[in-house]
Amino acid sequence: MNRHLLSAADLNHDDALLVLDTAAELAALTDRAVKKLPTLRGRTVVNLFYEDSTRTRISFEAAAKRLSADVINFSAKGSSVSKGESLKDTALTLEAMGADAVVIRHPASGAPDRLAHSGWIGGSVVNAGDGTHEHPTQALLDAFTMRQHLAGGKGDLAGRKVTIVGDVLHSRVARSNVLLLATLGAEVTLVAPPTLLPFGVETWPCSFSFDLDSHLTSADAVMMLRVQRERMNAAFFPTSREYSRRYGLDVRRMNLLPDHAIVMHPGPMNRGMEIAADVADSERSVIVEQVTNGVNVRMAVLYLLLAGAQLGEPDGSDRTAEGTAS
Amino acid sequence: MSAARTPDETRTVLDSDDIARALTRVAHEIVERTKGADDIVLLGIPTRGVYLANRIAERIHVIEGRDIPVGSLDITLYRDDLRRAPARALLPTTIPPGGIDDKIVVLVDDVLYSGRTIRAALDALSDIGRPRMVQLAVLVDRGHRELPIRPDYVGKNIPTAKTEKVLVHLVEFDGDDAVRLSGEPGEGS
Amino acid sequence: MTTYVIRGSRPLAGSNVDIVISDGVISAMGTDLVVPADATEISAHDHIALPGLVDLHTHLREPGREDAETVRSGSQAAAAGGYTAVCAMANTNPVADTAGTVEQVWRLGQQAGLVHVQPIGAVTTGLEGTQLAELGAMADSAACVRIFSDDGKCVHDAVLMRRALEYVKAFDGVIAQHAQEPRLTEDAQMNESALSGVLGLRGWPAVAEEAIIARDVLLADHVGSRLHVCHVSTAGSVEIIRWAKSRGIDVTAEVTPHHLLLTEELVRSYNPIYKVNPPLRSERDVHALREALADGTIDVVATDHAPHPAEDKDCEWAQAAMGMVGLETAVGVVAEAMISTGLMDWAGVAQRMSVQPAVIGRLAGQGRPLAVGEPANITLINTDVPHLVEPRALRSASRNTPYAGRSLPVSVWTTFYQGELTLNEGVLVSQANQAGGSA
Repeated sequence: MNRHLLSAADLNHDDALLVLDTAAELAALTDRAVKKLPTLRGRTVVNLFYEDSTRTRISFEAAAKRLSADVINFSAKGSSVSKGESLKDTALTLEAMGADAVVIRHPASGAPDRLAHSGWIGGSVVNAGDGTHEHPTQALLDAFTMRQHLAGGKGDLAGRKVTIVGDVLHSRVARSNVLLLATLGAEVTLVAPPTLLPFGVETWPCSFSFDLDSHLTSADAVMMLRVQRERMNAAFFPTSREYSRRYGLDVRRMNLLPDHAIVMHPGPMNRGMEIAADVADSERSVIVEQVTNGVNVRMAVLYLLLAGAQLGEPDGSDRTAEGTAS
Repeated sequence: MSAARTPDETRTVLDSDDIARALTRVAHEIVERTKGADDIVLLGIPTRGVYLANRIAERIHVIEGRDIPVGSLDITLYRDDLRRAPARALLPTTIPPGGIDDKIVVLVDDVLYSGRTIRAALDALSDIGRPRMVQLAVLVDRGHRELPIRPDYVGKNIPTAKTEKVLVHLVEFDGDDAVRLSGEPGEGS
Repeated sequence: MTTYVIRGSRPLAGSNVDIVISDGVISAMGTDLVVPADATEISAHDHIALPGLVDLHTHLREPGREDAETVRSGSQAAAAGGYTAVCAMANTNPVADTAGTVEQVWRLGQQAGLVHVQPIGAVTTGLEGTQLAELGAMADSAACVRIFSDDGKCVHDAVLMRRALEYVKAFDGVIAQHAQEPRLTEDAQMNESALSGVLGLRGWPAVAEEAIIARDVLLADHVGSRLHVCHVSTAGSVEIIRWAKSRGIDVTAEVTPHHLLLTEELVRSYNPIYKVNPPLRSERDVHALREALADGTIDVVATDHAPHPAEDKDCEWAQAAMGMVGLETAVGVVAEAMISTGLMDWAGVAQRMSVQPAVIGRLAGQGRPLAVGEPANITLINTDVPHLVEPRALRSASRNTPYAGRSLPVSVWTTFYQGELTLNEGVLVSQANQAGGSA
């Protein structure tokens, strides 16, 4: 494993399985009376959240605390961050406080990379969602959930068909899922109106389509992405009615799925927009389970990044050469 | 007294028959000392401790005609040396259905050395439940304890030098049964 | 004035000659010259002698952002980079949209005295794109403004652009357009490409530049005006300009050194030192730009020297300012991208970095041939000593160079501005004097 988890692309096949297997062992342990493990005693994990995301923050906080780490929550609201303190100065403060890991959520794509590679801090950096870039622990918990339902809780996801539907353009969840699911051998199809697929999507390790119905009958899992109604104002689609008619998962569409297929959503959901309430609450929906698995997966990530020896940084630090035309 | 060995050379100290005899003796001792092994649970420490626990349970079954609950107890998350190496993969922890509360738990491991593994195992146990008593069975005690820990059942005491390595092979995992020594015997062997 | 003799340099990489400078002009050139006894000898054996470089696109930040650059610090950076003239962009605070402001900048340049500082006037008041600034007043001012640009912003209103193109014909002016369709580039962070999709950064599509260039060359054709296109960055733009020139449209174009060398791959690091507008593009674009510069489709290299204080780059990508300093590395980067690759020779560099920019900017006394009687604006390039770029060694008040740690193949060795040494063996003469004075 790398020292940081910034992108799902940081995980090769072995790394990804190690995280999932570790999460599975940890899940078995959390059934017991004493949930706390002493493993990260004396280590400090900082949750540095520049965006409101109570769900993700609580999930990381629970994960760190179950491993006995000291947790410091640093939220942009009401702190010096909102008074104009720079990411750099905040990072230097955290470093002075002895943070062993910084879990960062930030509205700017690449902010976790900046934190990890600028020399401002020495600890591990975990990306808890950056802008429209990535959200690797969400992809890990999604893969964990799929593995529980579709692969007997073991091994990878070779040959499983996953349909990801919605605002791929603005979705960090979709980017991380495409990368991780490809690493795990799944066949991913992105379905969205052409306006909500990123430029260059044809180079991604997945296929894509503009038609939802034709990608439901053979899907093992269908993941609905949140679509903000405001996108309508930027002309990504005409109206929210038209969007949900063409790309929403309603009961009719759910019934096209094979019996074993599961319905996922990273939350928070827009019921009635991308997913009908009846679908969100149906037996196929594993949305609540995704939340539970989130804690175990994040424990696994923190354990693997923090419990062992801190190794030298194996990232390509010679970045100067690669962007030069020859 | 061994003749001069090169560090690469290995010396077999227990062969397959020796191991079988040792485990049979340990099984008898457990039955004897726990007065019939009525409420014992064998917890092996992965990886090889689990196979040894299963073998001991089979032998007790032969002696007493009863199934003995066997589980595995991974101590990775409780180790005190995690920071000395890259993070390790976790191994399974499985507690038999009856649990461990008020039972006699016999921890089973292949080699007893510094005692730190057993210290971690005791910590792990206390997060799972409250046994009436905890005992320790090992195939090999090689000495050099760093903590006040003592085994209750020993397959074989093998005096070693700290520079030596004790290699335990079990059929279930390694394809053969043997305990070998390798490395420099050095002082105090 | 001091008399100098430059020994053994090679004008435009030709044969070795000596050059005598007295009273601000080249008074003799050749071998075995009779040189006045009091002449200061400049040893320049095998150094390439070029006419002093002219930058059509420099941000000097004064007035308003003196923390990033001043006219003086920018002049020092220019002299160190081999420049004898720089054209100061209008997007200062206040904007250079009145005769008063351009004259202020012009005067500050005179006071610094290291290069000719030629102010550029804004096309529209406050760069707001709604009302023409007093272009004539700026043209008639002491600063003699001939280039007008809203650089940093595009004159996107087609009617306003047409009027500006027409209006400046009265005083032989030129509109230098920052070609960027604003709606297509709202909150744009990097080149729109497969990479921007992966990195989750809002894309700046090539079409946003090309659409404006296409419109503007047609407008220039229609009204018979002169158009200059700033910092061309895409292969498509090159095609449009090539087509326009083939039609006889009076358009000129510039490319920055960084667009000749760097690609969007650098953005993978999310290090804002590589954030610039227009953004770094693909390798294909870089090669098209190099070819266009070599064949003359692109007329000049202009630095778009854009100093920013450290805190504006030491942050997240999205929050960071756009731009790179470029004056002190331009020659080295052009040598690497164009000379080392065999696409251009030093005579070509003289054309693209001195002669043509002076013609486009109507800068008298700049970009002149190295010949007896011509103004002594001369740059000597040492091709034996590479330039290891060290941000702290830059003379600019800002350090935002994307070339830190990189070795560029040549060094700017000596610069003469109007017959006076401004840079001697890589050391600014004013600094050397200060050091000598305190000794």
